[in-house]
Amino acid sequence: MKRHDVLILGAGPAGISCAARLAELGIRDVVLIEREADAGGVPRHCGHIAFGLREFHRLMSGPAYARQLTQMVAQIGVRRRTTVTAIAPGGEVDIVDPESGPSRIAGRAVLLALGLRETPRSTRLISGDRPRGVTTTGALQQFVYLQHRKPFERAVVIGSELVAFSALLTLRHAGIGCAAMIEAAPRITARKPADWLARLVLGVSVLTGTRLVAIHGGSKVEAVEIEQRGGRRRIECDGVVFAGEFRPETAILAMSHLALDPGTRGPMIDQYWRASDPAYFVAGNLLRPVETAGVAFAEGRIAADSIAASLAGRLPAPQRMIALSAAAPLKYLYPQRLALPLAGLSPLLMKARIQHPARGRLRLSANGREVWGRAMTALPERRLSIPISRLPQGEVDDIAVDFIEG
Amino acid sequence: MTALTTRRFDLAVIGAGVVGCAIFRRFALGGLKCLLIERGPDILSGVSKANSAMLHTGFDAPPGSLEHACITAGYAEYREIHEKLNLPILETGGLIVAWTAEELAKLPGIVAKAHQNGVGDVYQVDRAEVLRREPHLAGDALGGVAIPGEHVIDPWSAPLAYVLQGIAHDGEVLRGVSVNGGEFDGEAWQLATRNGLIEARVVINAAGLQGDIVEAIARPSPFTIKPRKGQFVVFDKPAARLIGACIMPVPNERTKGVMLARTVFGNLLAGPTAEEQEDRDHEAVEQGQIEALIARAGRMLPDLARETVSALYAGLRPATEFRDYQMEALAERNWITVGGIRSTGLTGSLGIARHIADLYARHFGELEEATPIWTPVPNLAEHRPRRYQQPGYGEIVCHCELVTRTEIEAALGGALPAGDIGGLKRRTRAMMGRCQGFYCSAQVTAIAGERLAELPGGSS
Repeated sequence: MKRHDVLILGAGPAGISCAARLAELGIRDVVLIEREADAGGVPRHCGHIAFGLREFHRLMSGPAYARQLTQMVAQIGVRRRTTVTAIAPGGEVDIVDPESGPSRIAGRAVLLALGLRETPRSTRLISGDRPRGVTTTGALQQFVYLQHRKPFERAVVIGSELVAFSALLTLRHAGIGCAAMIEAAPRITARKPADWLARLVLGVSVLTGTRLVAIHGGSKVEAVEIEQRGGRRRIECDGVVFAGEFRPETAILAMSHLALDPGTRGPMIDQYWRASDPAYFVAGNLLRPVETAGVAFAEGRIAADSIAASLAGRLPAPQRMIALSAAAPLKYLYPQRLALPLAGLSPLLMKARIQHPARGRLRLSANGREVWGRAMTALPERRLSIPISRLPQGEVDDIAVDFIEG
Repeated sequence: MTALTTRRFDLAVIGAGVVGCAIFRRFALGGLKCLLIERGPDILSGVSKANSAMLHTGFDAPPGSLEHACITAGYAEYREIHEKLNLPILETGGLIVAWTAEELAKLPGIVAKAHQNGVGDVYQVDRAEVLRREPHLAGDALGGVAIPGEHVIDPWSAPLAYVLQGIAHDGEVLRGVSVNGGEFDGEAWQLATRNGLIEARVVINAAGLQGDIVEAIARPSPFTIKPRKGQFVVFDKPAARLIGACIMPVPNERTKGVMLARTVFGNLLAGPTAEEQEDRDHEAVEQGQIEALIARAGRMLPDLARETVSALYAGLRPATEFRDYQMEALAERNWITVGGIRSTGLTGSLGIARHIADLYARHFGELEEATPIWTPVPNLAEHRPRRYQQPGYGEIVCHCELVTRTEIEAALGGALPAGDIGGLKRRTRAMMGRCQGFYCSAQVTAIAGERLAELPGGSS
């Protein structure tokens, strides 16, 4: 079995930026593994212009951004069409590739950058028939932008996270009608101007406080049934797009030795982006649902610095840890643990989200004393940033993040 | 009306569910010119697309019933032929678990009935043994019955292999063709379809949910199909580690109840529900019922609460007003009825086919014993070698189920190409995994291209 300095699993924004940074740091024995035929990750099939501002200082489409990313690792190379089937303690990884079949390779350090996906209809337990024409934004984008196909003519979009508006743009690009956007909550999840864009620019009716009751159809979707203010009605359509409710792609990890956080659904990390097995590091949207490609890119880069430090024996052993937990109404908080003595605190860390709209005070405490707090109104699917730099360096007895409602 | 096929068939089998497929195979092996007619776009479009995938021993079948005889014969033949057709058996065994004192009291009766049914290796186990074998089960289990021979198979590859063997023995398959009527002239049947006439000397009605409607072509149907819906929940693969054996409840009068089973594809399955309905064409999943099913499963297996649902499905079973299978030869009409195969058809099918062959021989003539041509199918079971594990597979298209482009292309060709996207999924597992097509549905569609009659959109 060949042992490399670093394996990077996933050549999306996080994996690629990590590889590029490792090259800058002089670490050459790096293998970047990607299961798809092309590197670039999810942006490959996001047609709208919303990428690259932070990393490349100009706005570009997802595919252009994916190409730019791929250029960054032209020297390193990407092992494409290579699938990870299992991970084992100590950085050993089972892979398969088309030429050689199954094999095991290892890294002194391994970055997990496996990304995420949307929650499909089945996992949401939606009632009704199971006809063709039910999809997710990601699949729709691949139909439209990668295969240049129109999977249906008139769709209903379920959800109102930012990605749902990307679904609307994708529908418009493909010339597919949108019968409605449906959101169960009383207001849309994405930031406010998005629904104006939907209503005024795209002419889509945005139905908040509306629940999807069932999907109807024979071999193809014929309608959805919705419930709004106690009344039910049908909306005729031949496509249903489930948008958002992202979840980290962790099936391989769930069958491994790594500790997962039920809140983020991703692996638990410390401030060095290190998983419960110190051979493994994590960056990008595998950490949690969901941040922009730009954030994933920045995380990959800083995780590379930790990996380099680890290879040089400069990271503290993960022996003394303070566990952090996300008590309700917080939905999740990461990192889930901090290694002592406290050092290496990146401002990209200590992010949280809330379960439901709440008003109150978000607090950071150390040694039983509040070191930072802010009164706020918090909404679901919005990043809550806690200034980790307020923590004292060195020895600390306990650290807590909480949200006091009221 | 013009002839749909110019060939005159010895035998026409109406319905390509697992029972029709097994009958088609049996008679093609018997040297008859056979035609299998299916109204759906592919085989297994009806009842047989959704079941619990169990290979039953028949330990709990009504003693002395036709059902019991067919399960026993079907079980034996499956074990005999499965390797030659490259079909899997995941040897899990079964474990009936009692959760109440009332259920516990029924266990000795279950063992006695199993022994009466000739399944002699069934035995009762105490609470400690249940929890030793299945440490993830809820601690309030009171005892159990071990059925070492209850196993799990691939419910779609098996009937596909049967049909392919029938085709290898000169059988033909028509899909997308409904039989709407027919006339018998004393020698042969002229079956009427929208596309033309089909001539066959003997007709076998294996029409499943349409069984009574098709039966009316030959006579007023002596049974009425009363569809019974079963909903199932498929948990993602990490959940499969939570059980070893298939965990079965103590049955009550109406149903065998909710069981937990592993699948050959590596998942954990919970189901089925049992709900009567009128509609024969729709099998909707219902959130309320599914949530109740998940809650029921979670009471038996508490760690399931942390696992992810990857798929839901629902199937209709062709129950009738009778408990047993409805099988009969109408000697004067050259017609054989195979109806009311409720929930044991997957195991029973090979035995049913043998029983029907016996009926045929008694009334319509001898069958030959051809030397079988074996038609092995691609393996989809996780515990046996998959295509992606052999070098030179080209490319993995479906990442969740590790399905290669080679396999998808093979399923679109050959003696019985997939007839629709559902058929492609059943033949390959593509889009059947946890992401339900997020990653691969566009690419699978591109590969399928114009080769499928319908252009698939996303899948659910």
